[in-house]
Amino acid sequence: MTLIKTKHNRRSFLKVTAASGGGLMLGFSWAVSCTPADKIAEVPSDWFDINAFLSIAENGKVTIMSPNPEIGQNVKTSMPMVVAEELDVSWEDVIVKQAPLNTDSFERQVAGGSQSLRKGWQALRMAGATAREMLVNAAAKKWDVDKSTCSASQGVITQEGGKSVTYGEIASLASAMDVPEEVRLKDPSEFTLIGTDRGNVDMEGIISGKPLFGLDTYKDGMQFAVVLRPPAFGAKLKSFDDTRAKAVNGVNDVIKFGDKVAVLANSTWAAMKGKKALQAEWENSGDLESTNYHDRELRKLLDTKAEEPKRENGDVKKGFAQADKIIEKVYEAPFLPHNCLEPMNFYAHVTDEKVDLLGPIQTPERTRRQVAELLGRDQSEIFIDLTRMGGGFGRRLYGDFVLEAAEISKLANSPVKVIFSREDDMTAGTYRPASKYKFKAGLKDGKMVAYHLVGAGVNMGNATREKNFPAGAVANYLVESHNLKSNITTGAWRAPITNFLAFAEQSFFDEVAESVGADPVQFRLNLFQQAKDNPVGVVDYDIDKFVGVIKLAAEKANWGNPDAGAFQGFSAYYSHNTYVAEVAEVIMKKATPVVTKMTCAVDCGIVINPIAAKNQVEGGIVDGIGHAMYGDFSFYNGQPQQNNFHQYRMIRMKEAPKVEVHFVKSYNDPTGLGEPTLPPAGGAIANAIYKATGDRFYKQPFMKDQIVLG
Amino acid sequence: MATFNIQVNGRQQQVDVDPDTPLLWVLRDHLQLVGTKYGCGIAQCGACTVHMEGIAVRACTVPVSSVGNKSITTIEGLSEDASHPLQEAWREHDVPQCGYCQAGQIMSAAAFLESNPNPTEEEIDAVMEGNLCRCGTYNRIKAAILTAAQNS
Repeated sequence: MTLIKTKHNRRSFLKVTAASGGGLMLGFSWAVSCTPADKIAEVPSDWFDINAFLSIAENGKVTIMSPNPEIGQNVKTSMPMVVAEELDVSWEDVIVKQAPLNTDSFERQVAGGSQSLRKGWQALRMAGATAREMLVNAAAKKWDVDKSTCSASQGVITQEGGKSVTYGEIASLASAMDVPEEVRLKDPSEFTLIGTDRGNVDMEGIISGKPLFGLDTYKDGMQFAVVLRPPAFGAKLKSFDDTRAKAVNGVNDVIKFGDKVAVLANSTWAAMKGKKALQAEWENSGDLESTNYHDRELRKLLDTKAEEPKRENGDVKKGFAQADKIIEKVYEAPFLPHNCLEPMNFYAHVTDEKVDLLGPIQTPERTRRQVAELLGRDQSEIFIDLTRMGGGFGRRLYGDFVLEAAEISKLANSPVKVIFSREDDMTAGTYRPASKYKFKAGLKDGKMVAYHLVGAGVNMGNATREKNFPAGAVANYLVESHNLKSNITTGAWRAPITNFLAFAEQSFFDEVAESVGADPVQFRLNLFQQAKDNPVGVVDYDIDKFVGVIKLAAEKANWGNPDAGAFQGFSAYYSHNTYVAEVAEVIMKKATPVVTKMTCAVDCGIVINPIAAKNQVEGGIVDGIGHAMYGDFSFYNGQPQQNNFHQYRMIRMKEAPKVEVHFVKSYNDPTGLGEPTLPPAGGAIANAIYKATGDRFYKQPFMKDQIVLG
Repeated sequence: MATFNIQVNGRQQQVDVDPDTPLLWVLRDHLQLVGTKYGCGIAQCGACTVHMEGIAVRACTVPVSSVGNKSITTIEGLSEDASHPLQEAWREHDVPQCGYCQAGQIMSAAAFLESNPNPTEEEIDAVMEGNLCRCGTYNRIKAAILTAAQNS
């Protein structure tokens, strides 16, 4: 049992309002102690610092708001599960609603960094526990008994004397109770809902085709807007002729804004046709970069000494001088588009009174700020409602399409929905940066004595994760990073940096282990033992947890004893506070390596909804394999060279291996899960394919063939 | 513009659109049937899969003028109360992540099971190759199709 200070007092109980159907809305704030009382009186809505929100109806139904954007990571199911657990209500009585952007009520409404549950865990539990406590207190008051004689379970409060009352019956009284100073959180061993399989709350809508996604937005008077953007990074609009576009049936208007031209129409198809009919001339506004240029410049940077190392322990020069073996390898990654299956889109209606925005965005709060700045409006006049998203992967962290929608709506004085075609989506991206890494290891008597990593990426910032393993395990350790500036827009892409760095590192470890005749798993375990026995500088990861998943994956995959005809590859990586180890199994089919199975061990703390958590693991691995095998994206004179799925290969069903998932049983607070299983996947399959074919991969994608299906 | 009479989910519908308008946009923009999704516009992702006379087609590359009197079924018309064996199996396996591709996956699988009620995994792989799932739920989709085949 955990007692936890609520920091509540009567004043902090912010909102008691009648809900539809006669229920009561209960609002909570955890940060009210920072708020002076007089400020409360002046601007009541501003000091609202609520971060969870639930309502209880007289019939016992409980509505739980899901605060964070849903991009397929299952938070719309798993976050309300945490509230319901502490509230102690039957999941069947819960109604989940997507919360709009309301940072007065909810903290951190972001889908990013695999942090929704990690950051929301305490607040969600408090929301449920505080409500439960108030319901119990209300019942005790009603019966005039000591509250210690009352207990709550599954929506019913019972008293030792035999009295009982449902949450619905007591909700009204509960809402007038003082917010407890302290609430008791359940001990994880008492959980009855967390840890059980609960189906996706949007399942019915998804499988019967209900409007759920941004692109499904249709409103009265709404125009459809498709935008012509510069065809190359480094190009700007010189002139355009809209005569033919305006002649297209259904096209209402053509509006220039900045270097873009929007076609507004009565239907999506008319807007798309109108855009194709636009005639535009472009001129250079900057460098027109090509992939060859990036390759050349990044390679140069790998041989350049950085001004400041990211991390340095010992003296690598001396370490390499002692070594009896030195291995040096370079690994190369292309840009990648995100390719959310639902292309970017957003609805905007800008009027003098307010700005209504609706659609799929991972960062509604930042976007509201940007829209306010763009339109010169107060943030309080801007309202953002969130739809379910047809994928995020980091692309929807960037609200460029929301800004477009807002600007077009303002200029057209009309509600609009901006729609990206697939071609728009792939060519106006915020790409995973192209990057290169040079790894160098010095070995003496089979032990790693020196390690030097240089990373370089396009608009990547720090291309490395200098605190990650093998930091702490190697006496002489140096990590350097370089950034190549570019006018190509880049950004976070599922498991930023590590989505490629992990492949490079884990392939390199495999090669280094082989060079000294060591088993790759044992080689890693020896390094962890070094870190444990003689930590070099700060060790920023949990050695026991890391070793735990490595041993679990090796055991479950029967490491070292593959099935006849199968070859195994190993990889392990720590990201988003989660430890993951993966074993890939490859067979040869007609001289082609085929990945047949992945065995994955994960330590992500407590698992809230196992059926959905496994789905995340499976998906992360399939995504990691797909992009390692096929993901390729290039530029020529600033122009993206791939614009749709006939030129950009994605993993398909027959290429997806079986995935076996093993979670470490844990009562620790949850850590990330949407991203951390992706990084190790590329290394595991590369190492297995090497065993099968004798070929090592130093460059992604592994397969360069283009395909056409249909 | 021209007037077209098409039969969708058992109902006659009249739309006034350009003849080259893809069935996908007729369904979405004109008939408010938004379960059929736009993903690529060139029949490469399968998100817009519907049935035409029981055959799975990509609605993004079917001009409305070519539909004629062929019957169209969309995800909304697959069953009355989302009780098709595939829909039941989708629930059982908790298939979706983001969910955007799933209607197209179900429609591809539904037409396939009509012609091949007891498919092998390899046959499923072959026919489902035209449907992308960006979240990578392929194993669950396949497991759900096998379950549906068993239960129907």
